[in-house]
Order: sequence, then C-alpha cells, then structure tokens
Amino acid sequence: MENLVTLVPLIPIVPLLTFAIIVVFTRRNDKLSSYLAVAAIVISWLLSMVIVLSALTQMPQFAEEPAAHLTLLRIPTGATTLDIGVQIDPLTVALLFMVPTVCMMIFIYSMGYMKGDPRYSRFFAYICLFATGMLGLVVADNLLLLFICWELMGLCSYLLIGFWFEKPEAMWAGLKAFITTRIGDVLLLLGMVMLYWQTGALRFETVFEGVQGLAQTNPTLMYIIALLIFGGAVGKSAQFPLHVWLPDAMEGPTPVSALIHAATMVAAGVFLVARMLPIFVVLEGMPALAWVAAIGAITAFFASTIAIAQDDIKRVLAYSTISQLGYMIMCLGLGGFVAAVFHLITHAFFKALLFLGSGSVIHGAGTNDMMEMGGLRKKMPYTFWTFLVGMLALAGVPPLAGFWSKDEILATAFVENQAVWVIGTVAAFITAFYMTRQVCLTFLGKPRDKDIHAHESPPLMYVPLIVLAVGAVLLGFLGVPEDFPVLGPLLGNPLHHLLADQFKQWSYVHLPHVEFNPSVLLVSVAMALGGIGLGYLIYGRKPLVAGQRDPLERMGVVWTVLRNKYYIDEIYRATVIRGAIGLANVCFRFDSGIVDGTVNLVGKLTERWSHVSGLFDTYVIDGIVNGVGRVTSAVGQELRYIQTGRVQNYMIIVVISVLLLAGVFLYM
Amino acid sequence: MTIMQLVFLVLAVVAVASAVGVVTSKNIFYSALLLIACLFTVSGFYILLEAPFLAAVQVLIYVGAIAVLIIFAVMLTERMMSKTVRAFNEQWWIALIVAICLAGVMVYVVLIANWQVSDAATPTDAVAALGKTLLSTYVLPFEVASVLLLMALIGSIIIAREEKAGEQ
Amino acid sequence: MIPLTWFLIVAAFLFCIGLYGALARRNAIAILMGIELMLNAVNINLIAFWRYITPEVLTGQVFAIFVITVAAAEAAIGLALIISIFRNRETVIVEDVDMMKW
Repeated sequence: MENLVTLVPLIPIVPLLTFAIIVVFTRRNDKLSSYLAVAAIVISWLLSMVIVLSALTQMPQFAEEPAAHLTLLRIPTGATTLDIGVQIDPLTVALLFMVPTVCMMIFIYSMGYMKGDPRYSRFFAYICLFATGMLGLVVADNLLLLFICWELMGLCSYLLIGFWFEKPEAMWAGLKAFITTRIGDVLLLLGMVMLYWQTGALRFETVFEGVQGLAQTNPTLMYIIALLIFGGAVGKSAQFPLHVWLPDAMEGPTPVSALIHAATMVAAGVFLVARMLPIFVVLEGMPALAWVAAIGAITAFFASTIAIAQDDIKRVLAYSTISQLGYMIMCLGLGGFVAAVFHLITHAFFKALLFLGSGSVIHGAGTNDMMEMGGLRKKMPYTFWTFLVGMLALAGVPPLAGFWSKDEILATAFVENQAVWVIGTVAAFITAFYMTRQVCLTFLGKPRDKDIHAHESPPLMYVPLIVLAVGAVLLGFLGVPEDFPVLGPLLGNPLHHLLADQFKQWSYVHLPHVEFNPSVLLVSVAMALGGIGLGYLIYGRKPLVAGQRDPLERMGVVWTVLRNKYYIDEIYRATVIRGAIGLANVCFRFDSGIVDGTVNLVGKLTERWSHVSGLFDTYVIDGIVNGVGRVTSAVGQELRYIQTGRVQNYMIIVVISVLLLAGVFLYM
Repeated sequence: MTIMQLVFLVLAVVAVASAVGVVTSKNIFYSALLLIACLFTVSGFYILLEAPFLAAVQVLIYVGAIAVLIIFAVMLTERMMSKTVRAFNEQWWIALIVAICLAGVMVYVVLIANWQVSDAATPTDAVAALGKTLLSTYVLPFEVASVLLLMALIGSIIIAREEKAGEQ
Repeated sequence: MIPLTWFLIVAAFLFCIGLYGALARRNAIAILMGIELMLNAVNINLIAFWRYITPEVLTGQVFAIFVITVAAAEAAIGLALIISIFRNRETVIVEDVDMMKW
C-alpha cells in the first residue's frame, strides 16, 4: 500500500482542479462543465477503486498493519513540525468505497435534473468543490486537514442550499444551515486546539498516543475535549439539538439533498466520531461515550416521530436522515464501530436512492406535497420500483442492506445497553411506518391532483437510481455476521474483518464483541414488517382521495405537535436568536455611542486644538516675526540720527575710540 | 638752564599761544596770520634740532606756499565770514575734553617711556647726504611724491575751475 | 641739551590743539588749518626722534620732507574743494554740507 498512497492526494485534488477550470474557463459552456465534472468524479472513483481493491486483495495483512501515510506538508511550529498528509487505513478504504460511487451517481443524475437551469455550470463547480471537501476529509491523516475539508463542505452546503437564491426561503435555509453547523464547528475547533495544546500534535495516531497520558493526568480536560469534538459532530450530523437546519436545507436542489444531506456531508459527523473513537474510550468509565449514545438515541427516536407528520416528500426523508444518523451515533456511543460504519455505507446508498427518487417524482409531478400526489406508480415505473427498494432497505426488511446494518446496531445495543435497544427498536417500527406512508401517499391509488401531468424521467436520471438500488440490495451481504446460519460462513463478513482491527495499535480501545443473537434479529424483522403492515393498513388499503384529510389527524394535539416539529424552531427563535440579536444591539449601541463617540470627540478636539494653534500662530508667531521687523525698523529710526552727515561728528567718535583703546593699553 | 633751553621755552610758548589763537579766533584772517606765526616757530624748532635744511624748507613751503594759499582761500570766501556767524559747532566742548584727554595721555606716555637717547653725531654736510639718500634709498617715494604733486596740481585746477555755461 | 621729552610734549600740545580745531570749528578753512597744525606737530616729533634716537641716518628728515610734500598737495586739493563747494553752495560752513545726513 505504500506506493499506492501516493495516488491518494489525487483523489480530492482532481475535483478541486475541475472546480477551478469550470469557474475560470467553462462557465458559459453548460455541457462541457457537466462533462468535466463527471469526468473528474469518475477519475476519483477509479483511483479510489484501485486503492479499495488492492486493500481487499491484501487482506488480512492490510487490516493488521498500521496505516500507510504520505506527508504533503510540513509546517514548522517552534521545535516540532506539524505534518499534514493523507493515509490509507481500513476506515479510509471503507469510505473510499462508498463516497466516490455515490457521488458519481449523483453527478450523473444532476446532468438530467438540473437541465435548463441558468446557473448549470455553477452547480457543477460547486459540487466538484464539495467532492473535494468530502474526499479530502476521508483521506486526511490529521485533524487540521480534516477540519479544513469540514469547513469547505460547510461552505459548499451553504452555497448549494441557497442555489436558487431568488427564493427567500432558500436563502434563509442556507444561512440557517451555515450558522447552526458553525456552532458545532466552533466546538470542534476548540476541541482541536485543546487537543493540540495537550498532546502537541494533530495527527490522529500521535493524538491517540498522547491522550493516554492526558486521561491519567487530567481526566476532566479529556472529558471536555471529547465532548467538544462530539459537538462538531452534533452540528454537522444534525443531531438533537442542532438538527434544525437539515429539514430547511431541503430548499436546495434534490441532487444536493441527496449528496450532501443524506449520503456524505452529514455522514462526516459520524465519520469524525468513528475516526476519533479512541479519545472517547480512553477515559475510565467512558463518560463521554455515554453522552454520544444518549444523544444518538434521543435523536433517532424523536426525528422518526416527526417524520410521521410531514407532508413534504423531502422533509420526510430529511427527518429520516436525522433519525438514521442518530442510529449511527448511538451505535458509536455503544462502541459499535464496525456496525456504525456498516450502517453509514448502506444508508448512503439507499438514502441517496430515495432522495434521487423523490427528485424524480418532483421533476415529474411538479410538486413536493405528497397530499397532492398519488397514483404515480403507473406513470413512473422505474422511479416507483427503485423507490420501493430504497424504502424496504430503510425499513430494514431482509435480505436488503438496511436490514443487516440496522440489525447489527440493535444487536450491539441489546448487549451493551438495553434501554437504548428498546428506543432503537421502537424507532425502527416508526421508521417502517412513515416510509410506508410515504410510498402509499406518493405512488399508490389514484392521482389526487388532476392537473399533474406526471411523466417518467429521462434515462440520465433513472439509471443512477437503478445502480444505487442494486447497491442497496447487495451491499448488506458484506456485513453478514459469521454466526448467521448458512450465509454467514459463506460470505465471511469481509467488512468486519476489514474494520475490526482499526484501533489495534492502541491497547486501551476495547470494542465490544457482539455475538449473533437470533431473537434480536427476529424482533427487528417483526418491527419492520409490523411498521409496514400498519402503514399499509392506514394508507395503502384504501388510498386517500383528493381532499381527504390525513387519518392520523385523529391523534389531535399529538399530531399537531409532531407536525410542528415539537416547536423547536419557535423555541430557538424566542430564546437564542432573540438573545443574539439583543447582544448585537448592545454591541451596536456601544460601537456607535462609545467608539464612534470617541472618534468624533477626537475629531472635535483636534479641530479645537488646531483653532487654538491657529490663534497661536497668528498672534504669537506672526507677532514675533512682525515684531522683529518692527523693532528693527524702530531701532533704525532712532539709530539713523547717528548719521549726521557731518564729518566732524564721525571724527570725534574716532578720536574718542582711540583714546579708549589707548587707555586700555596703558592699563594692561 | 642753558641758552638753548631758554630759547626753546620762548619758542614753545609762542607756538602754543599762536596755535591756540589759530583755533579759537573768530576772525578767520587772524587765524591764518597766527598760523603763519606758529609755522615760523616750528621752523625755529627745526633749527634747535640741528635740521637747518628742514627749517628752510618749512619756511619756504609751509609759510610761503601753504599759508599763502590759505589766505587766498580766506579772501575768496570772505563774504561768508561776518562776525555774527558762530565759530564753533555744537560739539566743541566734547572736542575740548577729548583734546585735553589726548594731550594728557600723550604727555603721560612721553614721560614714562624709556627713550634710548643716542649720543651719535649728525652727519656732516647733512644737506648733501639728504640729497643723496633721497635719490638713492628713497628714490621710489621721491618719484611717487612727484607724481602726487602733479596730480594735486591738475586736480586742484580742475576742481576749482569755474564752470562755463555750455560745457560739462 | 634740550631733553627729548620737551620737544615731544610741545608736539603733543600742538597736535591736540590742532585736533580741537579740526573737531570744533565750523569754517572749513579753519578745519584745514587745524589739520596743518597736526601735521606740523607730527613733523616736530619726527625730527626730534631723528635727532635724539638715530641721528646718523637721515630717515627722519626724509620722512618729514615727505610729510610736508603731502601736506602741500593735500592743502591744495582741499582748498580747491572748499572753493568749489563755496561756489555751489555759497557756504564754507561744514555743518551746511550735510547731504549724507539721515
């Protein structure tokens, strides 16, 4: 792998160069821009596949040996140097398999979806830049490069959410996303700074060595650092309480939602926690990890409940994403590193599939509102069948990918923390329910809005859907537990073998070993099927007709609360935002009153002083100058009388002088 | 007191008295005449100082030429000098004091100085010797003096000439 | 022998009297006469010094001769000037000839 690691920097750099080329040269040529972007992502994909394949063929040595590094930059910092570089280790390989593939599909899909948009080239430039960020994040071997790519993605997210900035909602959504994730970013930066201060390095391996000592000497600080870094993940991965930006981010174009807010960027938070897992487990008793699990579980449950009551097709998926990210975080909080990464990969595929499918629906039906849709099954068959695959995968129906990954999470939860397991299982039921609701409202029955002329999307758009669907079906088999009857030993759980020894180097990291538990498996399946069944019962058997209200409205207050997202946005507006604006006002008054006042005062004083100076100059200086003249003139007026014009007068003065001189001489 | 000293004293008294008369006389003609008297006594001094040639020259030039010239000038400007015109200007008393002070200083210096009086004799035939030195050692000043006299001659003619109408 | 100092004192007196005349008199010719007195006093000094200090060289007499020469020339020019001024200004009183006055 050592020689392959030199290829790694190219993976993020090719899209970056493409971004530059599109911005500088091909802005006016839409077709060329899109071809360049797709070419770039294909190149990155090829390079990534080379690395992934060589890693897989070198198993099991690859998993056991330490990571291959390539240092790109050495920054001298006093006595030591800060090394910025890239690495190849099992986690990188896993992500390098998923990220370029999903990106590639979405890039191709965008060619069709964004056709006709006046800012077509700009879109591709932005998503290239975003790809740079995500790929760079995945291959980074130090926190600094990771953070830079993190911020880069945040910027692209803002730009892309507000891509249609003529819509005020889009503009505000972009701002909301940026500011909310910024809160997380600040926490992450603080954590990073403290980590650097304590361990003297930002490279992951060096940090993991260093924190052992820190945990002994200053456990409170270690705890705080771990929580700060988790704070970054909370912001980026839209966990409670910083989840509020993700539903609003749906204002952006659907490929953006698929790429950034389902498959990759929001996964970055999960990736961060997974990458930095040692710092969470290094403390005795692992208190930081408990927080991670708690927040993950809360998010998973509460987001799924909101999803039930949403009518916008993309919002349902947004809350679903939040909920699934909650699952991943929750799993990491229980130490389930492999399971969380497994779910990250599978979720990327089927969530991207679902979003792209919803994009197809929106493109064809012209509306986001599910209550206006219906009966699209017949009119958009490719979309329907792929969407169904995605839905089943998400719900956790075997043998699709989502089932395997979600089951592993629940199995880990069952072993480690039963309360979490209960929450996760209930959330799984709710997930299956709302997805069924979504499919029924959108595709089944008769069209509720007569004006919609739905049509299937062009191949450019549905072919990526098919590819992703294939992934959603097959990927699960990479992570089948070895104890599973028949399939287990057959497939050999390659993912587990790849990732299990990720942290072998650091002896303090003990990941739980999860035995295969058939009863947990059966409960999961029951939950999935139960949810689907209930959903079909309410929405599918007798599909809703036009004008009919949602049956769940009978839940009354509960329904209203859920529909309004527990009023969290309103609470934030009343408290945090008002507080921030109030503070800004105070600062403004300070600035205009005191600061400006001081400046103006200085100005006035200078003016007065110059006035006084002027007076001084006029009266004193000029007075002196004129005075000298006047004195000279006056003296001259008096002295001129010496010149009498009479030689005798002059002579007498001469003689007197001579006498005086003689006197002087005589008395010397 | 030898005869010479007595003669000297007489001559000195006359010289000083006539000099005082020259400078104090209201009538300028009397001043001129008293000047002549003074000049004569100076000539007498020269004789006492064994410089007979110089005594002769003194009488010839000073009395015979200069004093006469002065009298001519007095005559030519006589209309001016009436008795009512003041003779002394406003600073006469300062001049008096100055003159007396100067006299005092000079007398004092003369008296306290250590004069190296020599006992040597004057040259025999001083006149011939004088003529010789004048045309050998001091020939340059001699020639310059003659030029000077020529200039004075021409100059005074030009200055004192009456201007005729129609010429510069 | 008459002491040198007697001659010098007489000369000093004559000089100062002549100086007084040159400084205090209003008539230009009177001033000229004062100047002549001063020159004569100088001459007496010169001859006295010659006779008593260096009688063997005739430098003293030669000097005195030159003084007389110059005095003559100066008297001639001076009187010519006085006459010229008299013709223009109708005055020989030096106080009236003060165009260089302030």
